[in-house]
Amino acid sequence: MSPMPATYLWLIPLLPFAGFLVNGTLGRRLPRTLVSAVALLCTAIPAALVAWLWITMRAAGAPDSIALDSGPWIAISGFHVDFAGAVDHLTLIMLGVVTGVGFLIHLYSVGYMAHEEGYWRFFAYLNLFMFFMSVLVLAANFLLLFVGWEGVGLASYLLIGFYFQKTSAANAGRKAFVVNRIGDFGFLLAMFLLIAHFGSLDFNQIFSTIGQHPEWLGARFLTAIALFLVLGAAGKSAQIPLYVWLPDAMEGPTPVSALIHAATMVTAGIYMVARCHALFDRAPVALAVVACIGAATAIFAASIGMVQHDIKRVLAYSTISQLGYMFLACGVGAYAAGIFHLLTHAFFKALLFLAAGSVIHALSGEQDMRNMGGLRKRIPITFYTMSAGVFAIAGMPPFAGFFSKDEILYQTFISRGPLGKLLWVVGLITAGMTSFYMFRLWFKTFFGEPRFEDHVSSGEHDTHPIHESLWIMLFPLVVLAILSVIGGWIGIPTALGGHNEIAHFLDPVFASGAGIETTTTGHALELFLTLVSVLVAALGFCFAYILYYKKPSTAALLADRFRPTYNVLVNKYWVDEIYASFLITPLLMFTRGFLQLIFERGVVNGSGRAAAMATRGVAWLTHSQISGNIRSYAGWLAAGAAVVVAAMIFGRSLWVHL
Amino acid sequence: MVPTAYYLVLAAVLFSIGIAAFLIKRNVITIFISIELMLNAVNLTFVAFAHMWHQVAGQIFVFFVMVVAAAEAAVGLAIIISIFRTRQTLNVDEIDLMKS
Repeated sequence: MSPMPATYLWLIPLLPFAGFLVNGTLGRRLPRTLVSAVALLCTAIPAALVAWLWITMRAAGAPDSIALDSGPWIAISGFHVDFAGAVDHLTLIMLGVVTGVGFLIHLYSVGYMAHEEGYWRFFAYLNLFMFFMSVLVLAANFLLLFVGWEGVGLASYLLIGFYFQKTSAANAGRKAFVVNRIGDFGFLLAMFLLIAHFGSLDFNQIFSTIGQHPEWLGARFLTAIALFLVLGAAGKSAQIPLYVWLPDAMEGPTPVSALIHAATMVTAGIYMVARCHALFDRAPVALAVVACIGAATAIFAASIGMVQHDIKRVLAYSTISQLGYMFLACGVGAYAAGIFHLLTHAFFKALLFLAAGSVIHALSGEQDMRNMGGLRKRIPITFYTMSAGVFAIAGMPPFAGFFSKDEILYQTFISRGPLGKLLWVVGLITAGMTSFYMFRLWFKTFFGEPRFEDHVSSGEHDTHPIHESLWIMLFPLVVLAILSVIGGWIGIPTALGGHNEIAHFLDPVFASGAGIETTTTGHALELFLTLVSVLVAALGFCFAYILYYKKPSTAALLADRFRPTYNVLVNKYWVDEIYASFLITPLLMFTRGFLQLIFERGVVNGSGRAAAMATRGVAWLTHSQISGNIRSYAGWLAAGAAVVVAAMIFGRSLWVHL
Repeated sequence: MVPTAYYLVLAAVLFSIGIAAFLIKRNVITIFISIELMLNAVNLTFVAFAHMWHQVAGQIFVFFVMVVAAAEAAVGLAIIISIFRTRQTLNVDEIDLMKS
């Protein structure tokens, strides 16, 4: 196959944008088949282009990176930013996830959204998201990345609030937007600092400058930049303390949760940290912060996920927890492991969300797991595909999640630094929790007695009996299930007889930094750690099996026994309430008390009123002179002229004397 | 040769007469004539200075003023005629429609 010309690369972002324009402007008048055809075509062609690109770049002797330039964007004396993209192996993996999983989810949406209002609007937004996400991963400088970063935030906001007539959905969209603003603030500050210290926002230029200055290890300004970037990443990737928006984002349609809030957008933070690895390698403090945030978020979200009843919320907290794993991987310098987990997570979490959507669809909009059960026989294809996802995320060999999660835990264990072992323990406990809550979901949904009525009616969907979804929804499920099984095989570690291909594939990207070298240990340790994590995952399975299948009553008993702990978990550690009372209420009091009452009413409105009153006063003083009498006007005119003449003759000398 | 100051004094006198008439007289046509008087007083100073500095610019200005004054006279007389037709008077004290 001939190598791909770089000009075609621009089609990857531009085609979805064209789809957005067509569906966004004309979609209301187009028939549904045409709307979905446009949307599918505009995502299928980029996916095919990425596949072509993949083959090109895998070929022997292919360059490690393809640059695409399309001229300057901002050029001010000495500082310039271009519309420039670059494709290296990291971008290639991201592009593959975005376009591949994106296309599958578009396909699924055609079936899932078939009965919804605003069909055209949904696909227009979805294509808009694809456009911005491609821009984000293709960008070769921070500013263009930021454009994509903000754009996916916009698309996320629009899609969370897709059912905007529902107050909770509208509020959730707003919450996501506002919380992300805090992160973006950090990103902006990081960019300002980069401009101040490097005079550029270009990735290559900045990272090569950093590479030339080994003495900058731990330099204060690099740490500051890295920490601000971490703040941005924590907002986008839903990490402590900015994770609160992601569970609420489940108000959006399920394909949106799968695409944006599980597979692609929320991984942008991890992508960004991995992209800036050269910078982070020189800022060990920031890396330690990343690792700690990741581990803390992983265990924190997993513990909440263990007691949720809403099927989508369990998956949401699971997503936060898995993103925490990826952060942890980046934090210990194992960027390739983080990206590997990002890839497998995109497969199995998209699968889990889509399968959950299929369950919800079958039950006419029911999301509460307490009203499910026994669905195994009723919707068998959904059951089998979802099982693949559950086994994958729980870390059961040889499913995809096993290899990626194990790689992260192993890299954490061998990382040099005082925290390595502690973080490993946290990660291991989280793995057990993950296995527990996923099998809990699995048992509660598909096993046991049915706890629903066959003709449940709910607002969102039409009422109909339990049924398996259409083929157009099942096909993506099957593809993703296969990927969830075999997706991890590209990263089988040498200890298990593999080649860890993904690490070698990413070597050209991450080797250049190489600030943190990992200590090589024998395969025995790696095998032992693998065994431990498999045992922990099996333990989670056993707990779930006993509590939710064998003796379903024990779960309630346990909850009663540990009522305080259970309450803390069910109420999600009251984080939302704490934020509300300690941050939002004071802020609202400040805006309402000071800004609205004093500033808005006093200064803004007051100055307007004062101007009006001054005008009226002057008018009142002068209006008696407006007599209509021409001779009096003429007199004033003459007097004025006389004053001007007098000022011209005598004024100058007077001025000089003063 | 007549000194320039003489011209200027004459112009000042003419201008003052114009202003005085402009302020005192009540008939619109008289006021109009006094405006013409002021304009021509200014014209006289232009010509005087042009003569003094041996430059034609002042005389060119005078032509402009005369052209504008002619146009003004045409419009002004038309207004005066229409005022007289509607109000049967030319006394400015009785024409005070612009009173606020």
